[in-house]
Amino acid sequence: MPNVTYVQPNGETQTINAAFGASVMHAATSNGVPGIEAECGGACSCATCHVYVDEAWLDRLPPMGEDEEGMLECTAAERRPNSRLSCQISMDDELDGLVVRTPETQS
Amino acid sequence: MGYGGAVTLIGDEPGLPYQRPPLSKAYLLGKMDATALSLRAESFFERQAIAVRHGCRVTDIERDARHVRLSDGSTLPYEHLVLATGTRNRVLPVPGNDLADVLSLRSLADAAALKAAMTGKSDAVVIGAGFIGMEFAAVASGLGLAATVVEAGPRVMARATSPQIGHWFEARHRARGVTFLFDTGVTGIEGRDGVATGVILSDGRHVPAELVLVAVGVVANVELAQAAGLAVDNGIVVDEHLLTADPHISAIGDCATSPSVHAPGLLRLESVQNAVDQAKSVAARLAGRPAPYINVPWFWSDQGPDKLQIAGLVGDATERLPIGAPDSGRFSVLAFRDGRFVGAESVNRPTDHMAVRRLLAAGTRLSPDQAAAADFDLATLVSASRAAA
Repeated sequence: MPNVTYVQPNGETQTINAAFGASVMHAATSNGVPGIEAECGGACSCATCHVYVDEAWLDRLPPMGEDEEGMLECTAAERRPNSRLSCQISMDDELDGLVVRTPETQS
Repeated sequence: MGYGGAVTLIGDEPGLPYQRPPLSKAYLLGKMDATALSLRAESFFERQAIAVRHGCRVTDIERDARHVRLSDGSTLPYEHLVLATGTRNRVLPVPGNDLADVLSLRSLADAAALKAAMTGKSDAVVIGAGFIGMEFAAVASGLGLAATVVEAGPRVMARATSPQIGHWFEARHRARGVTFLFDTGVTGIEGRDGVATGVILSDGRHVPAELVLVAVGVVANVELAQAAGLAVDNGIVVDEHLLTADPHISAIGDCATSPSVHAPGLLRLESVQNAVDQAKSVAARLAGRPAPYINVPWFWSDQGPDKLQIAGLVGDATERLPIGAPDSGRFSVLAFRDGRFVGAESVNRPTDHMAVRRLLAAGTRLSPDQAAAADFDLATLVSASRAAA
């Protein structure tokens, strides 16, 4: 089961053992990791699961679709080149060890 | 939020709490399984000391004693009771509605049965062209079933959307082979050997169907509240703090009817956003931070490759203005009620949707004349509104 680490704005980290195929969002919300709201439950419809992906991993993620691109323009926290919606990133063995940072705010 | 008391969650469905939206979409398509639907892992409830009593039915609320009675006769005392009983599917009261392969969709159990029933079928009749009917029609046609949607009213999604949006989606579905019959009712379902074979329409025609999905709306589960003497009006009546007349009982989500700053009269909304935001509002009140519930309603529906997003309450708008061209596949329709901006529907245009949510939350004024100006731009209005704040 691949691991994903969430780094909070205050530096605290949590590493979650994600189910194969689970989204980075679901692994967080399911386990009570703070900083990811996911108001729409992962339907790419709310922009509240925004994360900053660690630079080392950015190019290893599946490419962004049009829906995600549009929604990322609407995040509450600043959009950066390494911004992604965590509901659109599915965990698999190739992403084992992924690190993401949660933003200051989701709304 | 810092609530210091014990929390018990009681639900009559088996298993841990899960989210419903994917049941009419990704789950039926096999893209998400039951585990992926869960809202929280079991370990989360343990760590938070939330007792989850699933597969457990409350039969009575005994307000004087301040406890609920369960179907096994036992009681659970409460300092505060939150009713989040949701809704149940409306039954179509016609002969044959209990034949095999006549299904409805609300719960995970429903969705599992529907998914299994779709296997190997070549056609389906969908009764009702609301959001559930339309999402299912998109899934069914995507899986190669010939789908016929029978709707009693004049168009699709009539209750909550504009004609512009309804007709656009209807055209998209038709292009994928879905047939629509409007101003038509179903007076019976025919079967052979206990299994549905077709539907009988109000005009007398027979339409063959190996599968019938009944998607004619829902009714709020108000019975517990009503039996306990609480006021009911389409839903369980609450005030702007989501509190019933009983100071120890709140109601939230699909089952609750409340006043709203976004529309006249009392409202009962059926949406994930309303359920989640009302829940957070009551949680904050119970944790010592009461505030009137004023959140902007928003909603989404995914049908095939198209995403419809609605911000505000637009069903009874008196004026509408388009942004973008429907032919482009990306457009919005701004809605006004008697000159006042009340929201918008957006198709494959999430930036518009989010901009409108921000404008509504900020109470930004926008007139139809302003919106009709050639140089009108939603993003500019949002920036100006932020600068003014």
